[in-house]
Amino acid sequence: MNRHLLSAADLSRDDAVLVLDTAEELAHLADRPIKKLPTLRGRTVVNLFFEDSTRTRTSFEVAAKRLSADVINFSAKGSSVSKGESLKDTALTLEAMGADAVVVRHSASGAPHRLAHWIRGSVVNAGDGTHEHPTQALLDAFTMRQRLGRVEGLHVAVVGDVLHSRVARSNVLLLHTLGADVTLVAPPTLLPVGVETWPCNVSFDLDAVLPKSDVVMMLRVQRERMYGGFFPTTREYARRYGVDGRRMALLPDDAIVMHPGPMNRGVEIAAEVADSVRSTIVEQVANGVSVRMAVLYLLLGGALTDVNEGAV
Amino acid sequence: MTGWVLDGVRPLGAPPTTLYVEDGVFVDTAPAGAQTYDAGGLIALPGLVDLHTHLREPGREDAETVETGTLAAALGGFTAVHAMANTEPVADVAGVVEQVWRLGQDAGHCDVHPVGAVTVGLRGEHLAELGAMAESAARVRVFSDDGHCVSDPLVMRRALEYLRAFDGVIAQHAQEPRLTEGAQMNEGAQSSRLGLAGWPAVAEEAVIARDCLLAAHVGGRVHFCHVSTAGSVELVRWAKGKGWNVTAEVTPHHLFLTDDEVETYDPVFKVNPPLRTADDVAALRAALADGTIDVVATDHAPHALEDKETEWAAASFGMTGLETAVSVVIAAMIETGHLDWAGMADRMSVRPSRIGRLTGQGQPLTPGAPANLVLIDADASWTVDPRQSASRGRNTPFAGRTLPGRVVATLLRGRATVLDGKPA
Repeated sequence: MNRHLLSAADLSRDDAVLVLDTAEELAHLADRPIKKLPTLRGRTVVNLFFEDSTRTRTSFEVAAKRLSADVINFSAKGSSVSKGESLKDTALTLEAMGADAVVVRHSASGAPHRLAHWIRGSVVNAGDGTHEHPTQALLDAFTMRQRLGRVEGLHVAVVGDVLHSRVARSNVLLLHTLGADVTLVAPPTLLPVGVETWPCNVSFDLDAVLPKSDVVMMLRVQRERMYGGFFPTTREYARRYGVDGRRMALLPDDAIVMHPGPMNRGVEIAAEVADSVRSTIVEQVANGVSVRMAVLYLLLGGALTDVNEGAV
Repeated sequence: MTGWVLDGVRPLGAPPTTLYVEDGVFVDTAPAGAQTYDAGGLIALPGLVDLHTHLREPGREDAETVETGTLAAALGGFTAVHAMANTEPVADVAGVVEQVWRLGQDAGHCDVHPVGAVTVGLRGEHLAELGAMAESAARVRVFSDDGHCVSDPLVMRRALEYLRAFDGVIAQHAQEPRLTEGAQMNEGAQSSRLGLAGWPAVAEEAVIARDCLLAAHVGGRVHFCHVSTAGSVELVRWAKGKGWNVTAEVTPHHLFLTDDEVETYDPVFKVNPPLRTADDVAALRAALADGTIDVVATDHAPHALEDKETEWAAASFGMTGLETAVSVVIAAMIETGHLDWAGMADRMSVRPSRIGRLTGQGQPLTPGAPANLVLIDADASWTVDPRQSASRGRNTPFAGRTLPGRVVATLLRGRATVLDGKPA
């Protein structure tokens, strides 16, 4: 694996499978009474969050702590960042503190790439602007494998605001690497110009895609997009691109419905779908911890034998 | 003033000969007491003229001053630059353009021709006092809200009409503002992957099409700054075919770099208009070669380090260009066979002088003409090191690249501003 995880494209097929296999081993830890491994004892993981995201930050924090790393949460609010300190100065500060890994969430696409330029530790992209969110894609692939037994050959529909979605970008790349067949479904205004160069199919018609899909991944509609002129009304969006009970019935029997959260119930996903047996939303959260443990573990040079030696 | 004997020089790439300079003009015999300079094999071109330079003074002297910017210009082979109006305060009144003009005279490295703002404060609403700037000591003929587009069609129409009274030209920064809100890079395959908001080609082309029609309608003169797309080239070609008074410039970086550079997210590649695709680069080179695009202009845009050492979205737009222009044009145009040396002189000296209505620049290297000249060692190459630049700006996208050709000497009306590649 590369030293950093900035993009899902950084992962070869072997890398990605190694992360998923490692995550699977680490997942068993959650069933044990003591959920901690000594692997990263003495290593420092900094959660550098310039954007609010309690879910992702907590997930990384739990992952690092289960590996016995020291975790420092550095959020923009209440730190020097809100006083105008630059990304570079923040990076130099973390470097001086000896961070072994920096998990970064930032509203600007590419901020983790810049950070990786300035510090020696490993950088993990925990979501950058409208670019990527590679650990989300890994946990999604992990969830698919868990539910459906494989990723290769699956037909995956990714539905919604692809234009602004870092989840969609990382998923398209990773799922392509793992041999799945991805179809993006969105109104044309929410697909980027240039999407035709991506390794996936594109459709504007959700009803036509659902009967052929093993997985439907719903993307969150951001509030600011609802009023940004990308579609006429939220109601029209929900009618054309939301998944409700009728649409769920179009899916093959074993198909699953995924959502990275947080959901807008009644917009992109109806409550009856979110709470159905097809929904993997709660599993995705649990799997997030395992996958992030695997990523930190592999980037910081953990050895798999530690896992097999058992908990502390 | 002493004179010069430039021995072995190759004017516009012609076989070696000798050029004589006396009292600031070319003469046909060696003047008494002239200094002889061994220019064996060096290419001589008329002193280069930049239609598009940001000198940042007044207001952002931390990024550049007239002194440092014009020294960079001289080192790049320029004998005249047009200083853009987006200073603080904006050059929208006679007082500011005269100040910049005087600072240029005091620095003495090259002629500084201030560009006047088209509208007050570059806000695109009310015409600035264009006539007062034209009649000032700075004798402004080029007007631009560069950095901003004169996007209101009625304001643009009036400006084009009004300038006819003193043969001025609007240098339009063609960018439809609504189509480029928050735009970060060329809209296309790369922006889709990198998750950066797109700056579509149509936002440039729509304004160019409109302004060609407006210029034709009112009989005004429009010049398009930094055209960057294949579509813009087609529109300019079309307008010229109609006989309309339209000219265009291209920057060295748009002739050389593509949006693939953005993959690093290094803001040194962030520029407005953005780097485009390889197809656009090919179209721009062909258009400069056939004269559809009239001139190379640097859009030299120095920035303080902290405005570039940030995440992409927070960084300022712009690249330095004065000290690398000759080498980049050699690489993009001469070495590829698109232009010969006479063509390079035409696009970097003769035509920009004509568009700016400069009488003392862009003249042939013949007796009687002012001795503005650059000597280029076409066989040399160098590796760009931003720390070595005379410009305060370190934001060159060519850092670390090895480029062909070096400026050896620059003469401004017979006086050496650069000699042996160093400030004279």
